[in-house]
Amino acid sequence: MTLRHFDRDIEDIKDLLLRMGAMVEDAMQQSIRALLENDIRIAEQVIANDDRIDEMEVQIDQRVIELIAKMQPAAGDLRFVATAMKITPELERIADLAQDVCERVIELAKEPMLKPLVHLPRLAEDAQRMVRQSLDAFVRGDANLARAVIKEDDVVDQLTVESFRTLLTYMLENPRYISPAIRLTFIGKYFERMADGATNICEMVVYLVEGRMIKHTNADQP
Amino acid sequence: MTTLIPMEPTTMQIPTPTATATSFVPPKITVKDFNFFYGGAHVLHDINLDVPEQQVTALIGPSGCGKSTFVRSINRMNDIIPEARGVGTIEIDGRNIYSPDTDAVELRRRVGMVFQKSNPFPKSIYDNVAYGLRIGGIRGKRTLSETVEKSLRRAALWDEVKDRLNDSAFALSGGQQQRLCIARALAVDPEILLMDEPASALDPIATTKIEELIWELKANYTIVIVTHNMQQAARVSDKTAFFMLGKLVEYGDTNTIFMNPREKITEDYVTGRFG
Repeated sequence: MTLRHFDRDIEDIKDLLLRMGAMVEDAMQQSIRALLENDIRIAEQVIANDDRIDEMEVQIDQRVIELIAKMQPAAGDLRFVATAMKITPELERIADLAQDVCERVIELAKEPMLKPLVHLPRLAEDAQRMVRQSLDAFVRGDANLARAVIKEDDVVDQLTVESFRTLLTYMLENPRYISPAIRLTFIGKYFERMADGATNICEMVVYLVEGRMIKHTNADQP
Repeated sequence: MTTLIPMEPTTMQIPTPTATATSFVPPKITVKDFNFFYGGAHVLHDINLDVPEQQVTALIGPSGCGKSTFVRSINRMNDIIPEARGVGTIEIDGRNIYSPDTDAVELRRRVGMVFQKSNPFPKSIYDNVAYGLRIGGIRGKRTLSETVEKSLRRAALWDEVKDRLNDSAFALSGGQQQRLCIARALAVDPEILLMDEPASALDPIATTKIEELIWELKANYTIVIVTHNMQQAARVSDKTAFFMLGKLVEYGDTNTIFMNPREKITEDYVTGRFG
């Protein structure tokens, strides 16, 4: 088999995507730490780092567009570039949501403390695992792992609902808790949206590997 | 025209042909267990293929894969090559063109052909297009003129030549000459157009015109095109057949072949990993 010179371009794009993925995972990890440890310094750091992730998105988009213009990719190459173009905005959005978590953490520091954080640690952990596994599935071209991650999204959705219900009881109990509980509800929603991002990435991984669009369908269908 | 390279015995594994599920359009051409030989060289192996009516079917594959031999089998152009022999059936509208009662001249009127290198006759533009009609016994000046105009219009050449129909065909550019050859093929009212790399000798602008023309012509004709240009196959065709070492490896909707082919060997070819 001939090694084409644009195989190196494809590898470069893959490397960039993985670096961006690692940065996004880190942002997520740090946002969770900031939340659990109530650490404003970490939160501020995550917010400051977001520009670098945005730059990565632009860089990857440019490389992908160049590749399409010059090489007119087909078949597996075409599915790879389509996947890359759909994955980068998902990653960027996950990073933005991590930033949103940190902004709420900074606001929460001025509020009466609400303990415990109910379902949020579990929710954050599940969302983080889904994002990590979605990137693993992409790297390994593992459609089975991608499908497994998609299934986990229901669990995260359920946790988000339960988290909201619990926070609602706090709000009913004491109006002083309304403001922090609303911020925590937002945070729950942010993690739920990050898990949605992981799901979208996984749907593209299935497309990359199998050439089938499973978005808006039952992912279990053969 | 592609040079035909005699097949050598090979150990390369060619998968059995696969057909992807496609929307049904009645076949204009049905190929069943078709084999072709040049003397002792077996150049096409058990080809089975349905070419849908009024669609464009592209034949792709590396040089010497048999795609030109195949396309020339559809109007029995290979008959003129000594020791060439086709076995199996190719049906047009359900009738085997290799049956003894087929009139090869009438067949070639129904199945027109355009080649890589434009080959106008050393005559005027008008006479080139009228040639087949006159051979067919049509003499009426009005009928001739009407058909010449209609054919030139269909070949998207009329506006460029209408004021100089008596000029030599050789005064036209390469792209115009190729469209003239298409007009000449259309003049005898064929049902099928075979094109063997019709744009490979043309510049990008002339190529675009030919491709646009192919797209328009399929409203009235069934078109089979051989091309080495993968993007061209992707742009103009509804169906794509991938040939390799005389075998049909994969045949299906062009979208499927270029986005998600079934066979690894097809994937390697359309992505330029070999060829």
